[in-house]
Order: sequence, then C-alpha cells, then structure tokens
Amino acid sequence: MGRREIHLRLNGGDRRVEVEDQTLLIELVRGVGLIGTKLSCDMQVCGACTVLLDGRPVSSCTTLAIEADGKPVETIEGLADGAKLHPLQEAFIERFAFQCGYCTPGIIVTAKALLDADPEPGAERVRQWMEGNICRCTGYQTIVDAVLDAAEQLRSAR
Amino acid sequence: MLRRFDVHRATTVAEAVQLRGLFGEDAAVYAGGTELLLAMKMGIARWPHLIDVKTIAPLRQISATNDTLRIGATATHWDIERDAAVLRALPALARLEANVANVRVRAAGTLAGNLAFAEPHADPPAMLIALGARVILEGKGGPRSLAVADLITGMYETAIGADEIIVAIEIPLPAKDARAAYVKFQILERPSVGVAAVATLRDGRFSGAPTVVVGAADEVPRVVPTAQFAGADAHDAPTREAIAEAARRAVEPLADLAGGVEYKRHLVGVFTQRAIDALVTQAT
Repeated sequence: MGRREIHLRLNGGDRRVEVEDQTLLIELVRGVGLIGTKLSCDMQVCGACTVLLDGRPVSSCTTLAIEADGKPVETIEGLADGAKLHPLQEAFIERFAFQCGYCTPGIIVTAKALLDADPEPGAERVRQWMEGNICRCTGYQTIVDAVLDAAEQLRSAR
Repeated sequence: MLRRFDVHRATTVAEAVQLRGLFGEDAAVYAGGTELLLAMKMGIARWPHLIDVKTIAPLRQISATNDTLRIGATATHWDIERDAAVLRALPALARLEANVANVRVRAAGTLAGNLAFAEPHADPPAMLIALGARVILEGKGGPRSLAVADLITGMYETAIGADEIIVAIEIPLPAKDARAAYVKFQILERPSVGVAAVATLRDGRFSGAPTVVVGAADEVPRVVPTAQFAGADAHDAPTREAIAEAARRAVEPLADLAGGVEYKRHLVGVFTQRAIDALVTQAT
C-alpha cells in the first residue's frame, strides 16, 4: 500500500523501482529514461503507449506500474540488439511505414507481440491485431506490408 | 496521471468481501482496470482504495462441464478468446471475445469487469443474456446467483451489493444443434450496436422462438419479443424483416458520438437481419 518497491525485468535487465500505487506504467518507463514509449490519447484508444507486459501488449497509460512486479516488460528500446535493428524496425524503414513517427514505437511493439505468438500471420490477421493502433500520417497499407515483411524475415532467419 | 489511492491485494474471496465491508463507498473492486482507471483518470470517479481481486488465484479459472461453461471473474478477454474449453463449448463467445475493443484492452480487461462496470457500449452482455448466463456473486451473506439480465439495471448501474464481488460467470451451454451468433457495428473501440441471436433450426425453420438481444444501442441490453416467430421460416424475407422491425421497436437508442436515435434504430434493424443471416449460414 502507498509506496512500494517492485522488481521487474525491463528489456531483459533486472530492475528495482520504487513506485506509488497510483503510478502508471508509462510514468515508470519514461521516468527511467525510456522515452520511446509515447503518451498520446491517454485513454487506451490509440496504442502509442503500448508496451509488452509479460508478453502481452498493454496500454501503459492505463496500467498501474505495480502490475509489472515480478514480470517482464518490453518497450521499443528493447527490440534492437545493440546497433542492429530488429527485423520489424528494418521493415518499417524499408516500407516507409511511418512519417512523423509518434505512433511507431507502439505499433512496432504491438506487432512484435503478434509475431512472437504467431510467426505466420496473414494480412487479415495483421489488420485485426493492429486495428487498435492509430496512425494519422501514413495510412495503414505500408504498416501491414512491413509487418508481413518482418514476419517473413524472422521466419527465414530461424 | 492519477490521484493518490491505495491498492489492497486480496488473496481470498472472503478477504475481498471483508475489505468491501470495511471501505464501503470509498473502495472500488479492481481487476483489469481498463474501465476503472480510465474513469478515474478522466475524473468521473474517485476512490481512495482499490481492492485488487486479480491476486485471488482461483478466480482466473475457466472450466466446462457437459452443460455449463464457468468463467472465473478475473479471466481476461484474451484468456477467454483462446481458451480450449470456450473454443470447444461455445465458439461464438470466443469469436465475440476476440473482437472486444482492441488487443490491449483484451489483454488486461476481464469479462466480469465488463459486466460490473455496466458501460452500455459493450459486446458481452447481449450474448450472455441471449444464452441465459448468470453471475455468481459472493458477499457477507454467502454466494448467490443472478441472471445477467437482472444484474445490469441501468447505465453504469448493477444489482451488485455493496459487500459483494463477482466470482464467476456461468453460461448454460446451448443444445448441441443450437446456433449462436453475434454481429456488431463499431467505430474505434466500442460497439455502436451489437446483436446476439441464438436459435435451433430444423429444415430451415426456427425450432421454438429465436432469441434475439440487442446490445450497446440502448441504456441496457434489450431482449426482442420473438414468440410469434416460433416455427417461422428463417429464410423467408418478410419473416426476417418482421424480426428486424420487432428489434427496432424494442430499443430506445441513446444519441451519442456513435450516432443519433434514428440512425441507431436503423442499424439495429440491419444488424438483426445480419445476425439471423449468420445463424442461417452457420454450420452446426
């Protein structure tokens, strides 16, 4: 109650953070410098603040930080391997799947959860999975194409 | 940004009930938080205490017997849409759950929370009412069972007692040859109109009356009076139009950002016809 220390696995590293019960997960991740996660609608409609909590995509704007206690949390910063970008990130560049880029971290993280669970999604599955992520610049075709490209890339790399 | 509150993690149903009694109006039951935290952030509601029921481990279980599907109160939409027992026993519910809101809400939000919040723009209530589902509540006086149709008493209003929590939802499984369907019209994450239909068809005719429930359009889900359609030909265009008309008459739509009264009433008719279509074209 009140203030507590939580232990989480943040982008693969163990971390102890002191939070208050009402602290939101987005406040935690941005507070430790992971500012790739973006606040936008603040009502779990747009998907810009998406992070993976225990492998599932959640709106970090509407998730309490205490829920991460004892669990893995993955943000956009956790995808690249040093200077080597994740295949999803490469595919988004290749396909010009973003313009202003504000929604992109949430979109890529959401797509990662899909590809982790389902390495061979069809275009319809990608659309249905991603329908809760809003982009106001590009239209969605390049995003769907990029996710499908990345899925293929990941499959051939295995 | 949220105003200060304390989260109390209950580990048993008895403890949650006791905390409800202790804090009364100052506490809300907290599970997925997808509705609750949103309302608190928007300043619509404020509670100094939240009683976390996710920490009551047995409440997350989903199980099916020959005649009943039981979904624990902290099972999320995500859990339900891919649960083997749900997919086997009630695939129409799995499909509905797979299309609630968006993937993030499904990952965190619970079916019981959806019912407890009684937000009118929701998918599950119409289907649960059509299937005759009941919620199991537990309070100081012990457990009791209440039909979902009686649970939801108004917009954001339920018959849940001040000391009670939902522990499970129990859904009687429809007869083997019965069909169930849910269709909806939706912009963003909440449905404007959703229609659930359950019926048994024999030689293209309704065996008994079809059950049709309209959700999301009105303050509460509305059961459409369909007794006159018992035995009617489900493929017959005038019959389907008459059921659609009965549905339009059964609702008093809310005018809101999803549309005006007449527009929604029109949608109710269209989607009632589509729900019947879905029954007719569905393999049993």
